Amino acid sequence: MDLIIEYQGQLLSGTWVTIKLALLSLVIAVLFGLLGAWAKLSKNILAQKIGAAYTAIVRGVPDLVLILLVFFGGQELANSIGTLTGLWDYAEISQFAAGVGTIGVVFGGYMTETFRGAILAIPKGQIEAGVACGMSRLVIFRRVIWPQMVVYALPGFSNNWLVQIKSTALVSVIGLQDVVYNGFVAGRSTRELFTFMFAVLMIYLVLTAISDVGLRWLDKRYSKGIVRSEDG
Amino acid sequence: MKFRKLMMAMTAAVMMLGMGSVQAADLRVGVEGAYPPFSWKESDGTLKGFDIEIAEAICAEMKRKCVLIEQDWDGMIPALKARKFDTIIASMSITEERKKQVNFSDKYYNTPAKFVARKGAGLEISKEGLKGKRIGLQRGTTHQCFMEKMYPDAELVLYGTQDEVFQDLAIGRIDAQFSDSIAADDGFLKTDAGKDFEFTGADQHDEACHGPGAGMTVRKSDDELRMELNKALKAIRANGVYQKINAKYFEFDIFGG
Amino acid sequence: MGDSIVQFLETWSPIDIVLIAQNFDRFLWGALTTLELTLISLVVGGILSIPLAIIRAGNNPFLNAPVWLFTYVFRGTPLLVQTYLIYYGLGQFEWIRETFLWGPILSQAWYCALIAFSLNTAAYTTELLRGSIVNTNRGEVEAAKACGFSSPMRMRRIVLPSAFRRALPAYSNEVIFMLHGSVVASTITIQDLLGVGRWLNGRYYLAYEGFITAAVLYFIIVLAVSRGFRFWEKHWLQHLYPREALEVKPAKGAASFRI
Repeated sequence: MDLIIEYQGQLLSGTWVTIKLALLSLVIAVLFGLLGAWAKLSKNILAQKIGAAYTAIVRGVPDLVLILLVFFGGQELANSIGTLTGLWDYAEISQFAAGVGTIGVVFGGYMTETFRGAILAIPKGQIEAGVACGMSRLVIFRRVIWPQMVVYALPGFSNNWLVQIKSTALVSVIGLQDVVYNGFVAGRSTRELFTFMFAVLMIYLVLTAISDVGLRWLDKRYSKGIVRSEDG
Repeated sequence: MKFRKLMMAMTAAVMMLGMGSVQAADLRVGVEGAYPPFSWKESDGTLKGFDIEIAEAICAEMKRKCVLIEQDWDGMIPALKARKFDTIIASMSITEERKKQVNFSDKYYNTPAKFVARKGAGLEISKEGLKGKRIGLQRGTTHQCFMEKMYPDAELVLYGTQDEVFQDLAIGRIDAQFSDSIAADDGFLKTDAGKDFEFTGADQHDEACHGPGAGMTVRKSDDELRMELNKALKAIRANGVYQKINAKYFEFDIFGG
Repeated sequence: MGDSIVQFLETWSPIDIVLIAQNFDRFLWGALTTLELTLISLVVGGILSIPLAIIRAGNNPFLNAPVWLFTYVFRGTPLLVQTYLIYYGLGQFEWIRETFLWGPILSQAWYCALIAFSLNTAAYTTELLRGSIVNTNRGEVEAAKACGFSSPMRMRRIVLPSAFRRALPAYSNEVIFMLHGSVVASTITIQDLLGVGRWLNGRYYLAYEGFITAAVLYFIIVLAVSRGFRFWEKHWLQHLYPREALEVKPAKGAASFRI
């Protein structure tokens, strides 16, 4: 316990990095999820193909492999693109950027499936009714699709988020000083790895519990007036 | 179309996050932080050690600001090549194999490599004696090259950091470890966890794998920086700064013959 | 001819294909380790999860609470941290190192990974199966009651077989996630598929060759596993298709995985 207090600064700063990483990558995941769902539902064959390839790669390759690939390989790629186009000399892909970007894009793939399922759950007649009323496609999206999609997507979204927050632990492998990395370094130098890894475990449990409460609140707020089957 | 614009702006903003231009005056130095006494991390997160102080001294001599960048050992050379930093000062041995990828300054220290095993374990350092034994070492080091070349029948257990090797040696997951002798002595044998362990066998050296000693690593295209580093190294050896740092960490001359 | 191909690849290919080809047998061994670890963990975790799921679906609070705690902790924390805790953490205690378990099991990275992975997948599978058990069609249970089946017999003959089948689509996600999760083994010295990729990069100071090779092989494995499950689902869930197609189709993909 004394050791935890001695290293609390490291643990707290690591926790803060983990939280930032999780929230920022969530923003990217939602954006990519919307784009992906749009591509997969689009009538354009090319968009469909790209969407399918995207979700297949995300499902086929473990996130840690992609993170390592982006962090090490992506930097060389960024450099050679810069050299070829002459646009930049050096564009840093930091550990944080590699982590946020990769986790965001990976979970964007899962969000794609969630959003796609949610959009498909909206009765077609409502969209047709919108068209009949002379609404533009944007208005239909904003007034008809979005409000219902949020409700249908919420359970899947919650799952994805809970998995995503845990996936952030993997960025410690590329040396980003998140809560796992800092806890591991502290445990190594004090030779009390159990103590520190247990503390890290507890921190994650707290983050998960807080997410649980938040998601339940969201669920209550958005599902007002909606009857859902028991496993929803 | 407002929606699409907003999305593009946000994506761009996120992409920008990690990108920042670096001032030419700063010298970005890749360091490790898990290799005592050469580099380690204090409880408040600051970096300490021989390599760190040498880096600071070199920067001071070159009148450039030092930006220390922590990097796991596995990724050191790829990160240097990818220009994440300008030089590595992290006890990296000068070897022919690495020279295919990068270039080195003159050596700034040289110490022999040795095996460490439990006292009285009776480990014999020979092809026969090491056959099937679990030997721990750090992935991507000259020691990995050495073991694969000289003792291919030993079972190698590869770790990301030297600290983890010591940790597992202490609790008996591996039969022995192979590393730099000073790192083993100061980082393990002299500590409480290492009191039941000792050096086993003589100094191990293979010119092709181990090379002449540790140097500061630069990209091949950066010959100018290599010259500057060499000049700065000569200067701190001449004006006594090197010797002061040496005396702070070791009782002997670590520069080697 | 062969030489000129090699020379061509060495000069023009952006990735060092020759080096990958020379070490390809190592990658195959790595893939084997990955498959072995994943498969055995799934079997052990699966067996553990059956009694645990029955407890969670029942209403005995004294049994339910500890099982709930187990699944909450293992589902609420990263597999990486769980694995570190078992591999690096347990070694901190001298009394553990003195037990008979240390030498043959806990001192071996492979077993540590196996324990962490098995407990992890057991936690997820328990909750998955629980959901499936709880949602068993009432009519089936009532029919069994009417036929005079005892409670354990109902569980064994009626509820579990049907629950297993209905859990299959979600379980295929769990299997793929376990496969993804097994990369954690490479962080505790195991030479699994990613471990070999990291070895190659470390040994030859490369930035991406090892990772790309690993990524391609993982992709092939996942593809094969998905195909296998699709065949199984068709085979075992046939009786559910016509009715379910009209009502709620079991959501494919992410919406139903984990938790």
